[in-house]
Amino acid sequence: MEKKVLLAIKGLQIEGRSGDAWHPIVKGVDLTLHKGEVLGLIGESGAGKSTLGLAAMGFARDGCRISGGTIDFDGIDLRAASEAERRSLRGKRIAYVAQSAAASFNPAHRLVDQYCEAPVVHRVMAREKAEADAVELYRRMRLPNPEEIGFRYPHQVSGGQLQRAMTAMAMACRPELIIFDEPTTALDVTTQIEVLAAIRDIVRQFGTAAIYITHDLAVVAQMADRIKVLLRGSEVEEADTRKMLAEPREDYTKSLWAVRSFARPEQPPATGTPIVSVRNVTAGYGAINVLTDVSFDIHARRTVAVVGESGSGKSTTARVITGLLPPRKGEVLFNGKPLPPGFSARSRGELRQCQMIYQMADTALNPKLRLRELIGRPAEMYLGLKGKALDDRIRDLLSLIELEPDKFIDRLPGELSGGQKQRIGIARALAAEPQLIICDEVTSALDQIVQEGILKLLSRLQDELNLAYMFITHDLATVRSIADEVVVMQQGVVVERGPKAVLFAAPKEEYTNLLLSSVPEMDPDWLNRLLAARGEPA
Amino acid sequence: MNAILAMIGRRLLMGLLTLFVISVVIFGATELLPGDLARELLGQSATEETLAALREQLGLNDPAPVRYWNWLTGVLQGDLGVSMATKKPISELVGTRLENTMFLALYAAAMSVPLSLMLGVLAALWRNSIFDRASNSLALTAISFPEFFVAYILILWLSQSGFFPSMVRITPATTFGDMLYMCFLPALTLTLVVTAHMMRMTRAAIINLLASPYIEMARLKGMAPLRVVLRHAVPNALAPIINVVALNLAYLITGVVVVEVVFVYPGLGQLMVDAVTNRDVPVVQAIALIFAAAYVLLNLIADVLSTISNPRLMHQR
Amino acid sequence: MNVIVFLAAALALFFVIGVAARAAMKTLAPAADKPTFRDMPLTASFGIAVILFYVLVAVFGPLLAPFGEGEVVGAQYLPWAAPHYLGTDKLGRDMLTRLIYGARNTVGIAFATTALAFVVGSILGIWAALAGGWLDQWTSRFVDALMAIPALIFSLLLLTIFGTSVLTLILVIAAVDATRVFRLARSVAQGIVVMDYIEAARLRGESNWRLIRREILPNAMAPLVAEFGLRFCFVFLSISALSFLGLGIKPPTADWGSMVRDNATLITFGDITPLLPAGAIALLTVAVNFVVDWQLHRASGLKE
Repeated sequence: MEKKVLLAIKGLQIEGRSGDAWHPIVKGVDLTLHKGEVLGLIGESGAGKSTLGLAAMGFARDGCRISGGTIDFDGIDLRAASEAERRSLRGKRIAYVAQSAAASFNPAHRLVDQYCEAPVVHRVMAREKAEADAVELYRRMRLPNPEEIGFRYPHQVSGGQLQRAMTAMAMACRPELIIFDEPTTALDVTTQIEVLAAIRDIVRQFGTAAIYITHDLAVVAQMADRIKVLLRGSEVEEADTRKMLAEPREDYTKSLWAVRSFARPEQPPATGTPIVSVRNVTAGYGAINVLTDVSFDIHARRTVAVVGESGSGKSTTARVITGLLPPRKGEVLFNGKPLPPGFSARSRGELRQCQMIYQMADTALNPKLRLRELIGRPAEMYLGLKGKALDDRIRDLLSLIELEPDKFIDRLPGELSGGQKQRIGIARALAAEPQLIICDEVTSALDQIVQEGILKLLSRLQDELNLAYMFITHDLATVRSIADEVVVMQQGVVVERGPKAVLFAAPKEEYTNLLLSSVPEMDPDWLNRLLAARGEPA
Repeated sequence: MNAILAMIGRRLLMGLLTLFVISVVIFGATELLPGDLARELLGQSATEETLAALREQLGLNDPAPVRYWNWLTGVLQGDLGVSMATKKPISELVGTRLENTMFLALYAAAMSVPLSLMLGVLAALWRNSIFDRASNSLALTAISFPEFFVAYILILWLSQSGFFPSMVRITPATTFGDMLYMCFLPALTLTLVVTAHMMRMTRAAIINLLASPYIEMARLKGMAPLRVVLRHAVPNALAPIINVVALNLAYLITGVVVVEVVFVYPGLGQLMVDAVTNRDVPVVQAIALIFAAAYVLLNLIADVLSTISNPRLMHQR
Repeated sequence: MNVIVFLAAALALFFVIGVAARAAMKTLAPAADKPTFRDMPLTASFGIAVILFYVLVAVFGPLLAPFGEGEVVGAQYLPWAAPHYLGTDKLGRDMLTRLIYGARNTVGIAFATTALAFVVGSILGIWAALAGGWLDQWTSRFVDALMAIPALIFSLLLLTIFGTSVLTLILVIAAVDATRVFRLARSVAQGIVVMDYIEAARLRGESNWRLIRREILPNAMAPLVAEFGLRFCFVFLSISALSFLGLGIKPPTADWGSMVRDNATLITFGDITPLLPAGAIALLTVAVNFVVDWQLHRASGLKE
């Protein structure tokens, strides 16, 4: 059955300004969308997915311009149309759902006021009718208290609920097309499920066409009829979802599919005194305890992954170990000896043994210092290296993280890519010659292929240098590939801990099970099966 | 609601505390002198008798905390002390002059606040346009001009041609209309200087918000630019805008001093300059305290208003 | 109609100087910096040209001036005619000469004051942000309280107590201004102190002095330099205002603020001579503000 074409983009070119030069962001992409069809746009950061999505509304962000091609929406040429004509389409016939609902709702107005704005301004319905309609849509989006929730301000509503309220708002004028721009990326995995299910249902109920933008293949597999893969502003390939998942044609697509192929070999069971032993730690800020009675051990040459959703106390645990947050109760043992609770009371030798790698390499490296000083400083401080010896050590470290010393040693962090910056973070930690490295979400800000490189590097270094890792992450795929042991945390408590193989195969606790089962899989039927298994309407 | 009241209460307390610290600073500044005030005022050649007489007059023989306490309790009862130069009670000197200064400041505020808010919103709406660039350059220029330069240009331009008087003479027979007419040039001088500041800061406060995702959302809902700015940006920019207005009204207080001298306006600023020239310390202290109190009060009002304008605080979870 | 002719002439002059200065800088700049100057707005190139002009006049003042700084050369209030191209003041001193010397005195004193305020204010501000805790709280609260006394009023109070000499003037204005610098430096440093690289340096066991010197200052320089320009304008205007009120730089030292005050009576006769020193003040402030505005705009543009 051939449906009518709703949106036809041909040879679209979009440029962005950096300084005074224009450089291409989208380089001649074609896109066709039929009525009622859901197209998944997938690609890594910088692929131009969001820019393309916004262009489908005839919209370019400040500092961007549409420089070539045609955008045809139901017979209307969006590039030739006046700004007023385009405005009359936006919100009415084409709607948008943004990545962060918390930031995209205006904090000064109540949800229902923002819901009613588009229908009233576009003269689709009167205010009273729109309000009644809002309640109906809130109900369909399975929001709790649909009659009452609209009268709250955005800050009074949780992130997952806001994202559903925003989808309801996009539906207000019953548009023919909705652009979903990474609508679940900012959410925790357990919340993500509900939002995905609600979005999918409402799009099907109203027969709305949608462009679903994401970097997460498993998510798009649940949502889209067809998938288009983008790389640096150009199309790689496009196919029906099942076909695309089963037999990708292009090498780039295959590499995306295969991204979690890396797995660290199984390690022998841990023996001897642990490098770090966290004993019954309770800690917090002000009157609130963020951690309650947390205990676990980390042995040499082993990786302990601490997993949990936001607010579970993963990072706070790291702050207790490094001494930034002295615990209220309990202690941290290092090679069997208790560490002073605050870092300023620790000796240089103690500080040296435990190094940290941060999530955001951008803020973890002083942008005004050259790599020579960034990497060299710990070696100079802790090991007393000077002159030629220091220079040699810096070069060795650069070689160790697979960056060419002569080329990089005098660069500033701003002259590096994201993955390279993260490698410098690793080199800085290594320079101190520590026994333990704490990795705080080190791969979360990176593209999947770059993540893979970092994980391989960390694994190799661990074997060569006999390191112990504490790996803080919310990404269970990373845990699967690199961890030896897993500590699951929820609301400041250790829910379950044990060897990776045991814990993944047969989780004892309900929360662990929920967390593990909520991670989307690359199977188009996964969401249906999961919802059916949980006894919710599919 | 209780949280709001508690917050306002805290602000009030902070304001009082600030005033207290200010009064200590204003009073205590004289203690920083290496010798004492009497010697500093009379110079090295003064005889012991005249020094002793002046110390007696200034009450310098008591220890500092006692003098501070006497001064503070006096001020709280409306007794600001006695002028050294004229030997008159300061409250008497200050009385009508305070009213005159308030009149001039309010006059300038009434002209500048609506004007600058409107210009600021328009500049933000039409950012990077010719209007925006021209108004920005003009505002920068106006900010850079010393008040007396603006004042004399206006005198040369509008007073030489006979439109407005260049001096203000207030008699009991002066009507409100006369006041508005006579004070037009001083008020205009202040308006020009303050409007430039306020407009730039209002523009910056709004443009700061225009990069927010919720502004993009509003545009993607098909809202017109004016509606985006007025309904989506301005309500969130209220707190910074209120603070901008308060800051500039407080700035009027400073500007008033120079403008009053140029236009021979019988206000507090003129009085203060005379007192500084005569080194009439009690008068200077009294006027400094009045100006500082006005400043603290303005900031307090701004604080409370911006608290009320914040939905996060007004509607707790 | 004179006003319109004058404004048109001023605008034309502005464009000529701006375009010429931009062309000159583009030619002289090293290749890497050429784009910076090519795209600078006319206001900025005009500003740079004016600032350079003032610096030259201040440095070579005694060579340029036709007469001595305090020299009485003729009758009072002579009209504009050779050899007194801008006439004489109320004591019969050459106006042009005093304008030139004024560049040295007024600008020099303002610059010294700003520099002093900056060193004191920024070091204390960064230190407070780094130290944190009650120490930071108390110093900041105290500075906030001081700032609640309007700057000019506070200066007047201090000048009454300490008397008016050039040295007290510098110290008083610097002290008042240091509070403003403190506030900015503290807030800039606070933004930097929360960065992960500062946490990393602390966990490494670095001393506070090294943290300030190597980690914080290099990152705080850009906003601090822009602030230096703004503070200079403010100090310059404050000193001029005080001089105008007769409480700043005292005769016979040539100073623009007091020159306006001394000759103000001429204005009532429609003579614009007293506006010249006032205009000299305004022009320099405008120039500095233009350059600072350009720098701030560039800095914010680079972040995006």
